[in-house]
Amino acid sequence: MKVLVPVKRVVDYSVRVRVKADGSGIDLNGVKMSMNPFDEIALEEAIRLREKGQVDDVTALSIGPRTVQDTLRAALAMGADKAVHIELPADTPIDSLAVAKLLDAIVREDGYSLVLLGKQAIDTDLGGTGPMLAGLLRWPQASFASELTLIDTHLRVVTETDSGLRTLELPLPAVVSADLRLNTPRYASLPNIMKARSRPITVRTPAELGVDVTPRLRQRAVSPPPARAKTAIRVESAADLVRSLRAEGALK
Amino acid sequence: MTTLETIDTDIAIIGAGPAGLSAAIRLKQVAPERDVIVLEKASEIGGHTLSGAVIDPAGLDELLPGWRDRRDFAAVPVTRDRFHVLGAKTDLEIPDWLIPDIMKTPDGLIVSLGEVVRFLAREAEALGVQVFTMTAAVAPLFGDDGAVTGVLTGDLGRHRDGRPKPGFAPGVAIRARQTLIAEGARGSLARTLIDRFALDKHSDPQKYGLGLKEVWHLPSDRHAEGRVDHYLGHPLGNAAAGGGFAYHAAGNQLFLGLVVHLDYADPTLSPFEEFQAFKRHPAISPLLEGATRLSYGARAIASGGWPSIPQLAFPGGALMGCAAGFMNVARLKAVHSAMRSGRLTAEHVARALQVEGGTITLDSLRDELMSSPIGKELRRVRNVKPLWSRFGPLAGAALAGLDLWITQLAGRSLLGTLHHKGPDRASFRPVVGGRSRSYPRPDGTITFSRADSVHLANIAHDDDQPVHLRLSNPDGPLGETVPRLGAEPAVHYCPAGVYEIISSGGLPSFRINAQNCIHCKTCDIKDPLDNITWTPPEGGSGPTYTGM
Repeated sequence: MKVLVPVKRVVDYSVRVRVKADGSGIDLNGVKMSMNPFDEIALEEAIRLREKGQVDDVTALSIGPRTVQDTLRAALAMGADKAVHIELPADTPIDSLAVAKLLDAIVREDGYSLVLLGKQAIDTDLGGTGPMLAGLLRWPQASFASELTLIDTHLRVVTETDSGLRTLELPLPAVVSADLRLNTPRYASLPNIMKARSRPITVRTPAELGVDVTPRLRQRAVSPPPARAKTAIRVESAADLVRSLRAEGALK
Repeated sequence: MTTLETIDTDIAIIGAGPAGLSAAIRLKQVAPERDVIVLEKASEIGGHTLSGAVIDPAGLDELLPGWRDRRDFAAVPVTRDRFHVLGAKTDLEIPDWLIPDIMKTPDGLIVSLGEVVRFLAREAEALGVQVFTMTAAVAPLFGDDGAVTGVLTGDLGRHRDGRPKPGFAPGVAIRARQTLIAEGARGSLARTLIDRFALDKHSDPQKYGLGLKEVWHLPSDRHAEGRVDHYLGHPLGNAAAGGGFAYHAAGNQLFLGLVVHLDYADPTLSPFEEFQAFKRHPAISPLLEGATRLSYGARAIASGGWPSIPQLAFPGGALMGCAAGFMNVARLKAVHSAMRSGRLTAEHVARALQVEGGTITLDSLRDELMSSPIGKELRRVRNVKPLWSRFGPLAGAALAGLDLWITQLAGRSLLGTLHHKGPDRASFRPVVGGRSRSYPRPDGTITFSRADSVHLANIAHDDDQPVHLRLSNPDGPLGETVPRLGAEPAVHYCPAGVYEIISSGGLPSFRINAQNCIHCKTCDIKDPLDNITWTPPEGGSGPTYTGM
């Protein structure tokens, strides 16, 4: 059984992002990039399934310019068996639907039984790729997984909802998106990072896969959130605090 | 205990800064068949690199003659370079003819050193050097004969109490014929090795400064690309040696900073607050109105100069760059000498590996470096820092200037070689009558709190890891230092607010907020009891500077 884990290269979670002066996007110059943390969790889960002997092959896939190969090397160092890079020219915008179509084409071509991906990418926070892919493939899906068990040919997935935990059972093939509590990803060891540097990466293009990646969404402007009030005051007592909050209109 | 995984290499280099990467590049240039591994504790190359920086391009020119065509970083030629003496409200510009030439760098370039080292890392990797980020070297490895045989890298994924967490990756042993230490000022391995091999037996104690820096984006009407200003006097006055800098870099950026020499006496002096006060001076504050602060950071620098250079070689390796202490304090330049030391050490290592088996000790390395341009420029300015320490920040600076003029005109100093009296940690005097230095509250536009500033250093630090700032005596701060000095200086000198005295249950306690640490090493240098040891936290921890 083969598992596909799409991994996205995003601005690292620790970086305080800055909007470009012209409002056209985020300034990425010299900014630390890393694997989307939810994708890392998805990859960890896939590797654990393989370590349990329930999965034979874990393929990591990333879409973008050549720099995404750094992310694929990180995936190989963590324990992915193969890496596929769908190459786009630098600065090509791509939206969730185009990503889902590329994944759909790869899944149909290479025959995966499970797609495990992050519930959302921390840069755009859209969370659209997983559900769109499930729709294109006409596969069952479980989103926001916090626990996953593979039983013969079906999955039992505990997912997180606004009102609590929900347990789903779904037949394979399926799409599952990983939430934060699914696992804690492993650190790649130095010897594995070293080995990953010389492993092959399969490079594909959208044209080969017959997918038109022209975006259907256009980003009009990016602006930083309004600055917060900069003054802090020290209050002497709880009563003072309540009075101040009332004065600010935060309490009625 | 499981056995360690081992990686064998010819040369292991600790620290991917200008010295380490220059050595790596040079090794591959002269001995391409050698395996070279560079370890870097930051999560990204340049992530822990912080410098002014106006660099003397000699270092780059000598190492990579074609660098100007290949560079992918901004390098702005200095168009105007001035020294100022600040009073509380006044700004006296020193006429250029009063500045001795040996303080000048006519072909200086304003750069982000972080961007320079990223470029160097790419050059190194293209030559076949293996560079590993997120990898802290935590201890030297020793062979049966006592020689250094490599380093141990840090574990990833331990609980605060030491137990491995899920996903734990144990450290590995990197075994190398030569281990080159390029950790920058006051590195943790350098500290261990200097002690173990008594490398400083014949040299003065190393002296340090703490450099604080902010990057600002200026409105274009206030930005003068290529302009460089250095400031003596206010706000440090006679409280500490040091001074401010303002470099107008590419892209409307201003690199603003203050260096505070760490031989100051007042335990309540806060280098961070002095830096904020510097920005309030009328020479600086008009630049910052309507400007945006982009980033903040701090790093100790080695400033002892000529008399403080230790023995460089030890059996199995050597110290390079600021780990040895090659900064020229008169010219405020260190990067070119760090790069030269990397290059020359690499050539020495390549020669030695060809002819020698077994343990290699580069016995003649120190003599070679001290008679190279590195030593020559340090020798000419050797009395600057001792004069500054002896005669106080203001009179000492004036005397140092005079000494430089005499050196320039007469070809040598009339003072012979002056020496440093003691380590920086020994310079504290008790707070007199409970009077501590007081600082105004930040205004939130030009001046900020430490907490708001540290936020701009992009710190990543897993809280749940063992505390990397170790106290030999946990009662030292409150039991000895406070009674003796009337204050705990760590609370004041730490530029990231790591150390606090808090009241718990009515009793004071000393708290270490290790997750705020920006790896400047000041506590390891300045603690009056030598009680704080800075050890590397998990690889990838600490600041992630961009464009510093």
